[in-house]
Amino acid sequence: MAVPLSYSWRNLKTRRLTTALTAGGMALVVFVFTATLMLAEGLRQTLVSTGSPGNAIVLRKGSETEVQSGIERQAASAMTTRPEIALGGDGAVLAARESVVLFGLTKKSTGKVSNVVIRGTEPAGMALRPQVRLAAGRLPRPGTSEIMIGTAVAKGFAKAEIGQSLRFGKRDWPIVGIFDAGTTGFASEIWGDATQLMPAFGRNAYSIVLASLREPALFDAYKEAIEADPRLQAEVWRETRYYEKQSDMMRKFLTVLGVSLTMIFSLGAMIGAMITMYSAVAGRVPEIGTLRAIGFTRGSILAAFLLESMFLGLLGGAAGVGLAAGLSFLTFSTTNFQTFSELSFRFAMTPWIVGLSLGFSLFMGVVGGFLPAVRAARMNIVAALREA
Amino acid sequence: MLLIRLIFKNAFRHRLRSILTIVGVAVALLAFGLMRTVLDAWHAGVSASSANRLVTRNAVSLTQPLPYAYKGRIRQVSGISAVAAGNWFGGVYLDEKNFFANFVVEAEDFFKLYPELVVPPAEAKAFTMDRKGAIIGRKLADRFHWRIGDTVTLRGTIFPGQWPMTIRAIYKGARPDTDETVLYFHWAYLDETMKKRAPSRAGQTGFFMIGIDDATRAAEISKAIDDTFVNSQAETLTETERAFQLGFVSMSEAILLAITAVSYVVILIILAVAANTMAMSARERAGEFAVLKTLGFRAPLLGTMLLCESLILSMTGAALAMALLPPLAGFFTTFLAQYFPIFFVSRTTIVMGLGFGVAVGVCAAAVPAARVGSVRIAEAFRRIG
Repeated sequence: MAVPLSYSWRNLKTRRLTTALTAGGMALVVFVFTATLMLAEGLRQTLVSTGSPGNAIVLRKGSETEVQSGIERQAASAMTTRPEIALGGDGAVLAARESVVLFGLTKKSTGKVSNVVIRGTEPAGMALRPQVRLAAGRLPRPGTSEIMIGTAVAKGFAKAEIGQSLRFGKRDWPIVGIFDAGTTGFASEIWGDATQLMPAFGRNAYSIVLASLREPALFDAYKEAIEADPRLQAEVWRETRYYEKQSDMMRKFLTVLGVSLTMIFSLGAMIGAMITMYSAVAGRVPEIGTLRAIGFTRGSILAAFLLESMFLGLLGGAAGVGLAAGLSFLTFSTTNFQTFSELSFRFAMTPWIVGLSLGFSLFMGVVGGFLPAVRAARMNIVAALREA
Repeated sequence: MLLIRLIFKNAFRHRLRSILTIVGVAVALLAFGLMRTVLDAWHAGVSASSANRLVTRNAVSLTQPLPYAYKGRIRQVSGISAVAAGNWFGGVYLDEKNFFANFVVEAEDFFKLYPELVVPPAEAKAFTMDRKGAIIGRKLADRFHWRIGDTVTLRGTIFPGQWPMTIRAIYKGARPDTDETVLYFHWAYLDETMKKRAPSRAGQTGFFMIGIDDATRAAEISKAIDDTFVNSQAETLTETERAFQLGFVSMSEAILLAITAVSYVVILIILAVAANTMAMSARERAGEFAVLKTLGFRAPLLGTMLLCESLILSMTGAALAMALLPPLAGFFTTFLAQYFPIFFVSRTTIVMGLGFGVAVGVCAAAVPAARVGSVRIAEAFRRIG
């Protein structure tokens, strides 16, 4: 027969300070654990949503990012005239040759310089990315030095607002619009006209070609056609896969750092739980003797104390997850190691993160409570009763 | 004397609990120490900077090149002793997982600028003589078991193609914070190859390292260099090597802030564990404290006793952690070598760890001590268990 659940629960309530301190320690551990998982997930979500599944991106062979890549004008034109590419409403091909350059801008929060992507694109660039739409001001006129900036740039960087202008390449570049790209990586970019930007940066080559395929299944045909052409020396990726790859290194770093830290921290928290549970057992020796004497088995005593410890863990876990949930309103902005450019993303909470965190807190409770529970279960009835 | 014995006896009255608390404190402070060391490692490039070196790069960003022809004009600025062109090569050895930093440099000027890279003269000469030669750091050589005379082929990510080269020299760092995991090879090798493969990209360089005689004139010289190229196609940005390295660190500032915040969270976690132990111990001994009070011991003395017990536990833990930290960090160095070339425990970290040990001991005892001090004797006697 099992000891009622309320026995375990109410025992926690009687020693409030101790319960609060132990659960508090666990809550902090779970908080760190959850926060890092949320951060890694937010990074992934941002970069995955940046690409569109129907788009193909062409880079120079061997280059891992847009910034490293370079495609000569002739080659770029050959890439945009394939039959696999869809046509837009105006009858022109839905493909854009783009040049990507990093530009150092001053951050509002720290006053330090961080690299922002300046994307020189073609009119099709907007149509290729349905996530991007104008939020304020107007679109830059093609063929001029007007530029527009993403919402994350407008929010995070000094002097990034409509009416201001950037200066580089012996010219002023007036900001005429702000575009909303949701939670995608484009929100951390600046867009202008490729034909204007390339000479300003002294470049004679595009960085990438982005093409929308008539149907996603044509991707393999397009890839094969481009990669087999020895003049082009290029490689083709699905846009979604390309952006997901960009999050790999950073995500791995965040996850490894976060998980290894919480593993160490959790040792501390489990020790805390163990101390609490040992004292709970030690303080209730006669009680345990009585329970045994009126017929509860060793197994049910073990279960009762283990449950008490699990409640403790769950209490801490729920508090930690609750604290971490508050982070979902924050954005995190840092330089992506892989692309060397600024990227801002949110802490993203998903059901599996909640599940994992609560499971982790339960685990801490079980490990911390196991030995004390065993001690309680192994007690000799007579000796225990005599201590009263 | 008797009191001291009493304090010690009380501190270890529940041996298991005391040991668990000490281990808890030690584990958490170890984690704290490791995190501080990671933060230090991040700043290693900054602390290794010399005040006598400036870096000139394109004002747009580091990824934009500068014309190599700028070198001559930079040399004309007064106060400059040496100028070396250099470029981040970003080559990959076999697989992206084998990441290490690799640069092309103008060897002769570059090694004049970096006296902390110690190379045997014979090897230095062999490297200078061989156009396709490379020089590598000692730790990098250990990592891939490379020896002098080995051929290494890098796959270019920024400069396409395969780049074979021969290792001609291995350098050692003159200081503990010198990065020994870098591969350098000749700027001329890159430039001449680019002339053939992609002529539009030849004659360019990523940055100029500049040596100056008088570190106090750094700001003035930087401005003079940048003024030279104002309103040119590629405007420059010159800053001290320290500021340049800090620029890299500040790019990951959000992550660094997060690690710093977390390293203080761990202090809170141990505080919770230690405070719990002290609270339990004070509660269990309420009767004893009442007896002591009846005998005439005053609240401040009883509070001090509790404080000492708490300090004994936390300081034992802290001392244990700080003793274990350097060997543990040494163990991690082998794994983290590719992320953090420099990874050693600084004295500040040890001092901070011990300091937090004291702070945790004091804070953990505060509430129980206040309670013991203020509780009435009769009330304490009445409480059972």
